[in-house]
Amino acid sequence: MPIHDQGYRRYGGDKVPRGRTWVIIARSGIRSMIGRRAFVALLIAAWLPFLVRAVQIYAAANLPQVQFLAPTGETFRQFLGQQEVFLFFVTVYAGAGLIANDRRANALQIYLSKPLTRVEYIVGKLAVLFGFLLFVSWVPAMLLLLVQVLFAGSFTFIRSNLYLFPAITLFAFIEGLAISLAMLALSSLSRSSRYVGILYAALLFFTQAITVVLRAVVGTTGLAWLSFTNSLDQIGNAIFRMPPAYDSPLALCVLSVVVVMGAAAAILERRVRGTEVIA
Amino acid sequence: MPERDPQSPVVVLHQVSVRYGTQLALDDVSAAVAAGAVGLLGPNGAGKSTMIRALLGFVAPSTGQMQVLGYDVAHRPLEIRARVGYMPESDAHIPGMNAVSFVAYCGELAGLPRVDAMQRAHEMLFYVGLGEARYRMIDTYSTGMKQRIKLAQALVHDPDLVFLDEPTNGMDPRGREEMLELIDDLAHHKGVNLILSSHLLPDVEQTCDQVIVMDRGRVVAQGPIADLKEPRGQVFELRVKAPAGLAPFLHRLSESGCQHHAGTPGGEPDGLDDVMRVFVPGDGGARELFALAVAAGVQVRHLRPSVATLEDAFARAVGDLDEAR
Repeated sequence: MPIHDQGYRRYGGDKVPRGRTWVIIARSGIRSMIGRRAFVALLIAAWLPFLVRAVQIYAAANLPQVQFLAPTGETFRQFLGQQEVFLFFVTVYAGAGLIANDRRANALQIYLSKPLTRVEYIVGKLAVLFGFLLFVSWVPAMLLLLVQVLFAGSFTFIRSNLYLFPAITLFAFIEGLAISLAMLALSSLSRSSRYVGILYAALLFFTQAITVVLRAVVGTTGLAWLSFTNSLDQIGNAIFRMPPAYDSPLALCVLSVVVVMGAAAAILERRVRGTEVIA
Repeated sequence: MPERDPQSPVVVLHQVSVRYGTQLALDDVSAAVAAGAVGLLGPNGAGKSTMIRALLGFVAPSTGQMQVLGYDVAHRPLEIRARVGYMPESDAHIPGMNAVSFVAYCGELAGLPRVDAMQRAHEMLFYVGLGEARYRMIDTYSTGMKQRIKLAQALVHDPDLVFLDEPTNGMDPRGREEMLELIDDLAHHKGVNLILSSHLLPDVEQTCDQVIVMDRGRVVAQGPIADLKEPRGQVFELRVKAPAGLAPFLHRLSESGCQHHAGTPGGEPDGLDDVMRVFVPGDGGARELFALAVAAGVQVRHLRPSVATLEDAFARAVGDLDEAR
């Protein structure tokens, strides 16, 4: 009897209820990224600012000479601002290939021939990048808050800055979601993750450069909303109750980010299909 | 889950049309695919892959209704995909995975618990002949191995129906033979219904019991292969010498309703050097062929009655469509 005659048997077990396939996709994507040494090194590097801030908080809590290092609400906004450079690298490294690699290997038709919806696929892929972005923004910021309580030995700071918990959470989630959606949409446009990474960087730097030029021309930062990152900064300052970083109206900055997210969703709806239809 | 008679059609299409922009890929197709092994036969561009993609819900038809395993494709695509397997035509895998991880991952996506998915992944890889290479990265696989792993991922969740789109593409003769053996085993010993899309007649003839012949987006014939091969006339192997060229003779053959094609698949009949196969409808038989040869001024050098093959049935079906147009 040939070997294959003995190999195939019908499956008699139970199947898992549908609706959680995105978790499988997200888990696989996260595991795949964590298996790369360079990416782990990037994640470790992204936590170095946390260590520095933790040492500052410790020093401020224990050494009267360095009281000027004591954290304020602004400290946490600044920390999240510092993390943006790591968010950029993590986004390019972990996000560029999320859909582009699947398109290159024709994997979409494999995915979508299984009992999962396109939304589940997109959410699964989104969760990979979103998770890593939160890991380098929200998680260290919240831990920093915890560290402050531990080193200070009192809840005084927390009590007087209660807004920090929701502010950190809200801003980190808005930032992470907007960046993840934008990168995922770009990733769905190409089969080359390298090209997607370059495109993302070019778009960020180009829009930033435009706002700098416009500032020189018109003399104000009223058009800063044209840059995605400027808009996020403006929203961040508003959430942390800080003075606005630019002259642009907050509503326009919010609209700018919402438009980017909407456009990204529309691109994903169009590009994530089981078969590429060329009309 | 709808109760389904095992003998009822696994797939039903009713007046289905699919358009890619201005291009009509499926043109008012109605068909009922019986349980067992069914071949979807036709030349490239006939609409075979489009039909499979439409059945999987990848492309929406502009008109018509489809049912797979009793489920309406338009309303219950997920239930269908949970019970079918799909082996795509093009090279397809999930990058950055070794074979066993890939197949297990596909099993999980199809609803198997993690442990079961991994266990079945190992079994499937042994079944398709990749047991020894199951820890290798798929990117390093040869074309034949990639075909096999596509079959493994289509089978890992134990589907009731498998769509195989050109499963022997790019395989060497030995690999192709092994793949056909696997398909035959699945259909005839393991109780898996399958739809095999191919432009290769021998593949369909070797593995399938029924066939749907497609051409230019339409179904031109369907039914049991044995019935389709049943001639409504006689088939002859013929070699002629045509001093004035073969064209007048071929023209007369066509005019009198005789269909002809080269003895070698894919070739063109060139008369003396090649044996052509001629289907003579009705009872005219050899006498009619001789009369046509005389009228066209060609000498018959070889004439032998032949057994009808699926290729004859295919040529006849496509010929009928051409005449209808």
